Amino acid sequence: MTKLYTIKVKVNGTEYERSVEPRLLLSDFIRHDLGLSGTHVGCEHGLCGACTVLFDGEPMRSCLIFAVQANGHEVQTVESLGTPEHMHPLQEAFSEKHALQCGFCTPGFLMTLVPFLEKHPDPTEEEIREAIDGNLCRCTGYQNMIGAVQLAAKKMAARQEV
Amino acid sequence: MSGKVFGQSVTRNEDPYLLTGKAEFIDDIELPGMLHAAFLRSDYAHARIKSIDVSQALKRPGVVAVYTAADFGDYWRPGPLQVPPPTAIKGSVFHARTLVPIAKDKVRFSGEPLALIIAESRYIAEDAFDDIIVEMEPLDAVVDLEKALEPGAPLVHEDLESNLAAHVVQERGNYEEAAAKADYVIKRRISVDRCAGAAMENRGLLVDWNDRTREMTIWASTQAPIPLRNSIAARLGLFESQVRVITPYIGGGFGPKIMTSQADDVLLPIVAMWLNRPIKWIEDRRENFLATTSERDQLHYAEIAVTKDGIILGVKDMFYHNTGAYDPYGMTVPLNTQTHTVSNYNVPNFKTEVKMVFSNTMVVTPVRGAGRPYGVYVMERLIDYAACELGMDPVEIRRRNLIRSDQYPLPTGIIGQDFVEGVLDSGDYPEELRKAVELIGYEKFIKEEQPRLRAEGKHKGIGVVCFTEGTSVGPYEGARVTVGANGKVNVSTGISTQGQGHFTVYAQIAAEELGVDVRDVNVTTGDTGHFHWGAGTFASRGTGVAGSAIHLAASKVRQKAIKLGSKLLGVPEDQVELCDGKVCVAGDHSRFISLGEMAMKANPTRGTFEQGAEPGLEAVAYFGPPYGSTGAGALAMIVDVDPGSMDVKIEKLAIVHDCGTLVNPMLVEGQILGGLSMGIGNAFYEQLKYDENGQLLTASFMDYLLPQATDMPDEVLLGHVERPSPLNELGMKGVGEAGAIPTPACFAQAVENALADCKLQIAETPLSPSRLFELVKKSTEK
Ligand code: FES
Ligand code: FES
Repeated sequence: MTKLYTIKVKVNGTEYERSVEPRLLLSDFIRHDLGLSGTHVGCEHGLCGACTVLFDGEPMRSCLIFAVQANGHEVQTVESLGTPEHMHPLQEAFSEKHALQCGFCTPGFLMTLVPFLEKHPDPTEEEIREAIDGNLCRCTGYQNMIGAVQLAAKKMAARQEV
Repeated sequence: MSGKVFGQSVTRNEDPYLLTGKAEFIDDIELPGMLHAAFLRSDYAHARIKSIDVSQALKRPGVVAVYTAADFGDYWRPGPLQVPPPTAIKGSVFHARTLVPIAKDKVRFSGEPLALIIAESRYIAEDAFDDIIVEMEPLDAVVDLEKALEPGAPLVHEDLESNLAAHVVQERGNYEEAAAKADYVIKRRISVDRCAGAAMENRGLLVDWNDRTREMTIWASTQAPIPLRNSIAARLGLFESQVRVITPYIGGGFGPKIMTSQADDVLLPIVAMWLNRPIKWIEDRRENFLATTSERDQLHYAEIAVTKDGIILGVKDMFYHNTGAYDPYGMTVPLNTQTHTVSNYNVPNFKTEVKMVFSNTMVVTPVRGAGRPYGVYVMERLIDYAACELGMDPVEIRRRNLIRSDQYPLPTGIIGQDFVEGVLDSGDYPEELRKAVELIGYEKFIKEEQPRLRAEGKHKGIGVVCFTEGTSVGPYEGARVTVGANGKVNVSTGISTQGQGHFTVYAQIAAEELGVDVRDVNVTTGDTGHFHWGAGTFASRGTGVAGSAIHLAASKVRQKAIKLGSKLLGVPEDQVELCDGKVCVAGDHSRFISLGEMAMKANPTRGTFEQGAEPGLEAVAYFGPPYGSTGAGALAMIVDVDPGSMDVKIEKLAIVHDCGTLVNPMLVEGQILGGLSMGIGNAFYEQLKYDENGQLLTASFMDYLLPQATDMPDEVLLGHVERPSPLNELGMKGVGEAGAIPTPACFAQAVENALADCKLQIAETPLSPSRLFELVKKSTEK
């Protein structure tokens, strides 16, 4: 057994203190140590984007960094967005526009898009395509995601007005 | 949302769980005391195993056990043939060499498992790879399909005389006579290379053996839960009822997850019994690329005989089909190629011959499209070559030969993957072509836009092709529909779900019949504890076959509810109706009994049971079609080729499809769009490339390019032609593979059209910018 390191990470607003091997991937830490299995692993080599989480607010592939590197940082996963009963507007829009099929890639897309929508409250089709270009989806052909993101932008703007 | 839901674009019941990370996939399941498995796999594609020494691995802390073939004794034996041999076809030859669970004596493809390591964590299991010493004697690899059949070629299976796995010839009419009468006979060599299913979720299996109840629970990301359960039970000598296979949410299937005899399927159940601890194995992406299954390696020598008016007199196709190192899935893929080569067109004389070949590459089983895309590719290319020879418009030559809408049902004379003669049940191919041509703006593009663009030095081209998709094949599926005391409806069926939307489509079918809210229908798929008869999810049959069984079962429940309702409400049966979760008197909905109450009343209490009655508002039904229904369509696209980089952008794409009755148009379109992206990948991005040593050169997403959002067309137009199938009550046909089938053929035509000045004739797929560059160079050198 390699030496264990104690890390403190804030995940979805909760502080966790855990002892981990230095080689433990952040994705495995989130999924198996913390039981937050909404973050998915599709390739473990940084290319599919299914494992995307927010790391200090920025999208990051959790299969590409170690849990120890998250010590003292803040992570947000898909579980932070909404619940089945009260979904985030982006989640609602994904459902309404049929932007997911198997849903395995979806948490990665959502976590890429949440900060994108904050920076681009009214994105063009081209901006959306660029934004999701680093995430792979085998089921949908991406087409419906474009409409979903535009719908989400509208929903979010409407909520802000109220 | 009760009332009319069938045919509506209802949002999906499953979405809220998937979107919030609540849906449980296989790797999300953790059991107390669970161990983890990893497979040490062969780097060589073809080699004799001299020795495997695992002693050091066993000493590693955290390693619980290590197994090689020798440890399994008589339990080691090749897996079942998952699909019967093609004996229904006269004169067919087929040599079954099914998958072995773990290599013994020799390895036949790179990635074949050599040792199974069980450890306290996956990290430790993989650490142990370095502790195992394997001694192997490399052998020459068989990779090239033609060389594989040359005398003296190394043998993949040394007990066979050659690498020929199967040979099937089918003919209708007499091609040679037709060719003798033709004005033109055009011959080409056409090749199609491999692609991966590449579901975003890899495969996985979790086995939990309970030593006290002697029951086994298996979670599997399988497309075939019932066949998997049956083969595991049979191998272990257990009753089927002692083994329960549960499919959690599955992250895409696309074909390779249909296999039930991979190393994990066979070995983990017995090891879990031996160790009496749960064991989980999750495939990683590299293993998925190397050692699951893949598809689409064929080489065709094809010819077409036409008159000077462009009427097709005959087609002949002799092709090699690579089955990889084993052939556990029989001949499904090449038979699909045979049935889909000429299916859109009136081709009176057709001869198709396949030589299926063993090679030292990954096993070939269906991947979305499953043999159909190459049949369509060959045929559509032949028509394009003929059009070019005759100086005829590619759309016009197709129009002249398409099967007419008054020709159904049309027997084809060719036996397919379901071992019955293919019959085209319904459709309207000319209408599909007409609509696609209209949607893409063909005439305007050819007559006005293209000449202008060419004058500006731009290279834009257009392509239009037709295709069919044999769907909804047998044997059968079944379903149980139950009304609960909560007034909600439960549906269970044996097939499993990989993202198609079954939880919603099946709910729509049941809700329509029983007059309940679609959100009040709970659907369970792929859990043998709930329903344990059926075949699996393949060949776009989920809606057409399982959906039909659900419809039948729901109708039976409806009948039961009406009968009981008539008794309880004191009105004749024809005055009882179901709506809003109630059984009510027609015309007076204030007189009703709720479905939940009815469900309780349908369970007889002491002294009230009538002989012959079946308790519960529940029914089981099965459905099996005599042959599959055939979906079809036409695809058109406009591409922009950059002659410098040879990059190709699909600017606009139009697809018109007929899948019979649309249960949920939004989901149908989702299936088409997803299929198209796979077709686009197959046309220009994805390639599983093997070198001459049987080494896979593209075993990661770095080298195997999956289409990304920016690779998709700027504009996609969808059109439907709805010609209900007469083969099931609701008129449904499948659509799952449609988008993937015609795309490479259409892409090739459009690229040729864009580069019209270089007389390019494309006869291969997939393409890539560099390959296109080479082809253009060759064609201009000529
Ligand atoms: S799992 Fe991290 S990018 Fe694929
Ligand atoms: S929805 Fe299945 S991979 Fe994206």
